[in-house]
Amino acid sequence: MTTTLIHNARLIDPEAGTITPGAVLVEAGKITEVLTQGIDIEDMFRARNISPDRVDAGNAFLAPGIVDIGVKVGEPGERHKESYGSAGQAAAAGGVTTMVTRPDTLPCIDTPEALEFIRRRAMEEAPVNVLPMAALTKGRQGREMTEIGFLMDAGAVAFTDCTHVVSDTKVLSRAMTYARSLGALIIAHPQDPGLSKGASVTSGKFATLRGLPAVSPMAERMGLDRDIALIEMTGVRYHADKITTARALPALERAKANGFDVTAGTSMHHLTLNELDVADYRTFFKVTPPLRSEEDRQAIVEAVRSGLIDIIGSYHSPQDEESKRLPFEEAASGAVGLETMLPVLLRLYHGGELELTTLFRALSYNPARRLGLDCGRIAKGAPADLVLFDADKPIVLDRFKLRSKSKNTPFDGARLQGRVLGTWVGGRRVFEG
Amino acid sequence: MRFDHRHLLGIEPLRPDEITTILDLSDQYVDFNRRRDKHANALAGLTQINMFFENSTRTQASFELAGKRLGADVMNMSMQASSIKKGETLIDTAMTLNAMHPDLLVVRHPHSGAVDLLAQKVNCAVLNAGDGRHEHPTQALLDALTIRRAKGRLHRLSIAICGDIAHSRVARSNLLLLHKMENRIRLIGPSTLMPAGIDAFGVEIFDDMREGLKGVDVVMMLRLQKERMDGGFIPSEREYYHRYGLDADKLSYAKEDAIVMHPGPMNRGVEIDGTLADDINRSVIQDQVEMGVAVRMAAMDLLARNLRARPTEVIA
Repeated sequence: MTTTLIHNARLIDPEAGTITPGAVLVEAGKITEVLTQGIDIEDMFRARNISPDRVDAGNAFLAPGIVDIGVKVGEPGERHKESYGSAGQAAAAGGVTTMVTRPDTLPCIDTPEALEFIRRRAMEEAPVNVLPMAALTKGRQGREMTEIGFLMDAGAVAFTDCTHVVSDTKVLSRAMTYARSLGALIIAHPQDPGLSKGASVTSGKFATLRGLPAVSPMAERMGLDRDIALIEMTGVRYHADKITTARALPALERAKANGFDVTAGTSMHHLTLNELDVADYRTFFKVTPPLRSEEDRQAIVEAVRSGLIDIIGSYHSPQDEESKRLPFEEAASGAVGLETMLPVLLRLYHGGELELTTLFRALSYNPARRLGLDCGRIAKGAPADLVLFDADKPIVLDRFKLRSKSKNTPFDGARLQGRVLGTWVGGRRVFEG
Repeated sequence: MRFDHRHLLGIEPLRPDEITTILDLSDQYVDFNRRRDKHANALAGLTQINMFFENSTRTQASFELAGKRLGADVMNMSMQASSIKKGETLIDTAMTLNAMHPDLLVVRHPHSGAVDLLAQKVNCAVLNAGDGRHEHPTQALLDALTIRRAKGRLHRLSIAICGDIAHSRVARSNLLLLHKMENRIRLIGPSTLMPAGIDAFGVEIFDDMREGLKGVDVVMMLRLQKERMDGGFIPSEREYYHRYGLDADKLSYAKEDAIVMHPGPMNRGVEIDGTLADDINRSVIQDQVEMGVAVRMAAMDLLARNLRARPTEVIA
């Protein structure tokens, strides 16, 4: 096993909230030393009788690798849209060292056998860590719970029906109660299913002008309120996948204050785009839930800053051209994000909206902690899952150069700042940019 | 006189002077259409395809007549029955048609934005004949022409639009046009049929019809789709008629010389009283149909002029 020294870096420690110049020593897949000023490195190497490979970071930032909860890979069923190989390459190029994959495949991941299949495929092809999630109900149909225990044994890290809301509260309360007894984490999509049915944008002036079917932002709060009542009833470990509206935040705050085991996420797109970006029916901007108003976007950024929202994900959703080149209402929803998330979110850093330490708290540290993983930190003993990046490098994003098989990014042609220089997974370098 | 658009996709991109240009030319075509011999050559040699992905008799007939009177070769394609059912995408359909080198494509589609999407993929002029709940520009133009001819002007009028605003592309286009021409607009209807965020459009909103009609110059009624009547948006047809159906009593709150409009087809006894609709002193509903042909002739004429001014392109 090689030893590597990444030196002359600025170390982002989201746990302590600090950025310090220094170096890390990686041995046998783990961080064995975090070296800041005042330590004679050469002296230490002689004493320990090692001569590591050296990577001069050139004063770039070194952060714990991103743990992206909610990645869709097209296996099984839609390998033409994304395979474990292509998603893994995209992840490595984007500084994502752990993909937590969604079960909304064809067929969905609702049995231990299906889970075994994707774990094997991930092992064969993906250069980064892959942790699968499983469906909460069979067929994601909201009628019967899946074999939560077997699925956990097979390696499921969380249970989710993705954007399918379990509308029958009796079914959901039983699944939650059962999950509680096993300590399983449930990830839900807070959205009132009746109100949001058929909607493709958020209601308001823009939706009316474009004549598109719309959903009130209130539907998210209604979904969250309902789920919080069920959490209070069952005591389940719960994570809300995407909170995107200001109105949902007070409910989330109260739930946390009441001591429920609740966390919340949001998506890179809802932090950086608003409803007006859809402009003339641009379907690459169609995501679920739909993009919100600028006021909502700002409120969500603030909630990430304050820590009320814990986790940011890409919700990487590969779609081919055929499913996007349709009238807006008929077009598929979702955008790819594994490779673009870091440079896109750096807009918030350059715009003075979020600190780098805050970003990596939400990208790496918090998701790792929520899933009980040891990564997400730059600390002695932590796995050497790392991303080295230049936060200032200007780029013009070209969607056809993305490593994903699908090119559906809303940021095609966007001027961004930030480029990943290197990604390490378990001490092994998987990307060099 | 300037009108330098390639397509007519909506009212939104038009400037007030461009709207006036279309209406002025339409006036000439109204006179032309009243002649015995009504054949011109403005579109001679051009191929016009009417592509209707949604049922329409009146609009399609109006576009067909407009094209034929100007000498175009007109073809109608009813798209519900054709390739769409076989799973062909809209873009494939557009590319296929494009290969037949049409010059004018008239499109109606049930989804908002579908006509815009199609226009990006073809190199002929595209006219939006109604897309989802988005726009129906020729309807708004024919309404504007009707109002201008009845009232002698198209500005500083008080105009009420009544009924199902939320699902109506006619309401959207009219709202945009009448707003651009600096009129006072009132929207009247039950709040379930008002779209969200409509108050940001610079309109007054009323749920009491009598209150809303007070002193208006123009009463525009909208068609209420059958599928919205059965308890989903309003409790029942009869309750709707009672509160929002236009009858002589409600109309008496408007100005004495207020005109009554309806884009058709009418549901007599649902949104409008039958006798009132036929009252030639108040109702201009038949005029609207006549203006429709003229406006469509003017719009296609203007687009064809721009088309002929451009060099022939090869599709990318």
